[in-house]
Amino acid sequence: MAGRLADALRDSWDSDLAWSFRHSPYAMVAAIVFAACVGTAVLAPWVAPHNPFDLAQLDLSNSLKPPMWIAGGDPSYPLGTDDQGRDILSTIFFGARISLEVGIAAVLFSMGLGVALGLLAGYVGGKTDAFIMRVADVQLSFPAILIALLIDGVARAVFPGAHDSMAFWVLVLSIGVSGWVQYARTVRGSTMVEKNKEYVQAARLFGIHPLAIMARHVLPNVLGPVLVIATIHIATAIITEATLSFLGVGVPATEPSLGTLIRIGNDFMFSGEWWVTLFPGLALVIMVLAINLLGDWLRDALNPRLR
Amino acid sequence: MSPTGRPEGEHRSAQHEGGPASAGADVLLRVAHAGKTFDVSPPWLARTLGGQPRRLLHAVDDVSFDIRRGETLGLVGESGCGKSTVARLIVGLYRLSSGSIFYAGESVAALASGNAPRSLRRRLQMIFQDPYASLNPRWRVADIVAEPIRAHRLVVGGKAIRARVDALLSHVGLAAADGRKYPHQFSGGQRQRISIARALASEPEFLVCDEPTSALDVSVQAQVLNLMRDLQRELGLTYLFISHNLAVVHHVADRVGVMYLGRIVELADKKPLFATPRHPYTRMLLDAIPDLAMTGKARTPVAGEVPNPLTPPPGCTFHPRCPHANDRCRSEVPKLAPAPLAGMVACHAVEERRIPIVAERA
Amino acid sequence: MSNPLLEVRDLRVEFPTRRGTLTAVDGVSFAIAPGEVLGVVGESGAGKSLTGAAIIGLLEPPGRIAAGEIRLDGMRIDNLPHEAMRRIRGRRIGAIFQDPLTSLDPLYSIGRQLVETIRTHLDMGDAAARRRAIELLGEVGIPAAGQRIDQYPHQFSGGMRQRVVIALAIAAQPQLIIADEPTTALDVSIQAQIIALLKRLCRDHGTAVMLVTHDMGVIAETADRVAVMYAGRIAEIGPVAGVIRAPRHPYTIGLMGSIPSLVGEREHLLQIDGTMPRLNAIPTGCAFHPRCERVFDRCQRERPDLLDAGASRAACWLYASGSRKEGA
Repeated sequence: MAGRLADALRDSWDSDLAWSFRHSPYAMVAAIVFAACVGTAVLAPWVAPHNPFDLAQLDLSNSLKPPMWIAGGDPSYPLGTDDQGRDILSTIFFGARISLEVGIAAVLFSMGLGVALGLLAGYVGGKTDAFIMRVADVQLSFPAILIALLIDGVARAVFPGAHDSMAFWVLVLSIGVSGWVQYARTVRGSTMVEKNKEYVQAARLFGIHPLAIMARHVLPNVLGPVLVIATIHIATAIITEATLSFLGVGVPATEPSLGTLIRIGNDFMFSGEWWVTLFPGLALVIMVLAINLLGDWLRDALNPRLR
Repeated sequence: MSPTGRPEGEHRSAQHEGGPASAGADVLLRVAHAGKTFDVSPPWLARTLGGQPRRLLHAVDDVSFDIRRGETLGLVGESGCGKSTVARLIVGLYRLSSGSIFYAGESVAALASGNAPRSLRRRLQMIFQDPYASLNPRWRVADIVAEPIRAHRLVVGGKAIRARVDALLSHVGLAAADGRKYPHQFSGGQRQRISIARALASEPEFLVCDEPTSALDVSVQAQVLNLMRDLQRELGLTYLFISHNLAVVHHVADRVGVMYLGRIVELADKKPLFATPRHPYTRMLLDAIPDLAMTGKARTPVAGEVPNPLTPPPGCTFHPRCPHANDRCRSEVPKLAPAPLAGMVACHAVEERRIPIVAERA
Repeated sequence: MSNPLLEVRDLRVEFPTRRGTLTAVDGVSFAIAPGEVLGVVGESGAGKSLTGAAIIGLLEPPGRIAAGEIRLDGMRIDNLPHEAMRRIRGRRIGAIFQDPLTSLDPLYSIGRQLVETIRTHLDMGDAAARRRAIELLGEVGIPAAGQRIDQYPHQFSGGMRQRVVIALAIAAQPQLIIADEPTTALDVSIQAQIIALLKRLCRDHGTAVMLVTHDMGVIAETADRVAVMYAGRIAEIGPVAGVIRAPRHPYTIGLMGSIPSLVGEREHLLQIDGTMPRLNAIPTGCAFHPRCERVFDRCQRERPDLLDAGASRAACWLYASGSRKEGA
């Protein structure tokens, strides 16, 4: 067993992907930045100087303090505070955590839905394929943000009281549903290529069930491009989440995501308290940029024609 | 000589390729008037708007032959002649459009619809042409070879399966340790050995080999052909061997069928087919092979090309390229019928004895 | 051969990769006389196509000529700048590749492609070039050339496309044609037509041909001399009849024996066990020694040069006594 693990480790270190990673400074920097984002987000309760969600720690007399290097700043609030006296740095840590959670969950949801439907459409073909792809076409003609707003609106109407507690899942659902088409189209295309390959025909000869063929033969061979899309989609999903939260239909202000923070800060932009918006905004840009750079590298590394 | 070799004579040809009346106990596979049509029409919308008609491609048209237990039937023809379609019809990758195929008296139609009895599926296997596409690149070789064993539950238990896989790998000349590698770590010839091991894993009686060596270099081809011959002797396998290479077919087959545009134009024992080919197309094919013996014999390359199968010529589809064509050939489709001396030929000129029988090669 | 048209001496083609430099062609030397057809035969990975690509200056980067000389009519062409090489290609060396579709631009009619090629290399007006194009199409056996000249590549069948490619290759009446697997993608009956065409054109125009193929049958039909390549080196070179009837190098013997024949009946084909080494693991000494049945000590230590062996020359220590005589 240990031997197998060592083999696998050596294989992956030796693989073309790892080699390409070791020779791409962009990818390495992006990976480090992204890892730092994920690290601080995951470890927020331990690394953040304050707990912004703990009402007992809040003190309104600390509200709207500027960053520590500006006159009137307080070293215990390095990036200043917002109108309720919450430490901006800590809220960014906690906000990034929520943004990442929403982004990753939405992408997993999109990916699951899109990959399954794409596999089905590509492998079965015929009317199933036509139906799935027409639904995809129709959905593509709506802007993603509109679909998300629609779902959110419906959810608010159906569960009026419970909305705040369900906000997270409503966000995941609305962002996730609006993104599946891209996965489905990509997977469908590659599936139609793979299903005519002889290894799939051989599996059919052994009487393997079509669902098993899709899952065990076709799926592993169409996942490459899906990984690329998913990586870049995390960035898009985080931005969509921020937009929705900025529009006020995202997570509640008591547990703010980066988007919510930007919205809150927006009210103070013109009264001179720019730091409330700027720092969460910067955090968002850095995180999204790192993810996009990683995605770009992954696309190039997985594309045999560019190698 | 092949195990099914018989004395030369006029009477025997009709006996083994004919209709159901000649069903002998040793016929393992019977293909009777098999046909396969592909719908290659443009999509419905384009058809309606553009006023284009439906277009049907008759890939295989009224093909009949028998294969007896333990023999190798070679099927030759140029690209697009329908030989690979015949292979896929037999193993059930395509559904028959007309006619029927029986394996040991059982119809194989159920194979295509997916509810065939496991016993039938297990006994018929196929080896594919492209050693790079026929193995899943993400699977380890041991898992690839074990797939049919697991699917048919031939052996149960991880240890027993591993032992069986090791035995299969060593049977085709690979090491047991090779099972832990991935397909891309092997050369084309080794991959084809893996393919063969996988096909043998379900302990089949009948192997359809679709151009199994066409993608390989000659020295590797020799290794694979030798291996296949040894396996046939050892396991009593029956082969349908499909190839565009007449020399390869001459080496492996006991009987040979020649296909042109979806039909069998000549079907005979190997010796008479290569020594005294009857159909003008068979002659042309034999004439076209580069002469390795360098006899210096002048060859007359036949003019023309294979017509578009979507719009085949009327009558005998070979008539535009045939030096012996007359009005009857241009209007009436010749039927595969016993020819004088040996074999079955679909040619009016042969039937009318307009073509002299000439020995092709010594 | 007093005045060879093409002379290749100690050609070495390398591919730098991240796991070290691979030598795909190693110390290959041969010459082609005017009007001669040299067949270059070998299995995939033997380096035969790369040798051809190196001669016409079409090595795909990062592949590069690392050593050796290539001379056309006495002039070195391996170190020419791109532009000069481009002028030689087409004008003095024509090229035919395996897949006719990749050699033709699908967006232009074949007439336009022919006229362009003719006008690039020959001083001719548009109308004259067009007349010449129709003439060429007729010469390569395309019926109704006058009408078909304005059609596009997809309107031609595979065999007809390869004829068009041949017409393009001979348009400027080059002295040498490099044909890389020109018949491999074609059916046997069409293959025979193309071989006959190539032979006729060489005879009529006195064009020399380097015919790269894996098919010994095509070589037997077409070539005057043949070079058998193995693992980036020439294993044996000589007149085609000698090499085919009485091969000297153990690899050539095995190769010839492994080809199924239409004559006679054999239970087993002659079999060379093992596979050609990968480029990153070429054995020391003679590259063939791990698979050779007649291997001895020296084969593992020293790499053999081409030595006289009957009618041909073989890179095999079995013929070492002959070399001593010659070297004296």
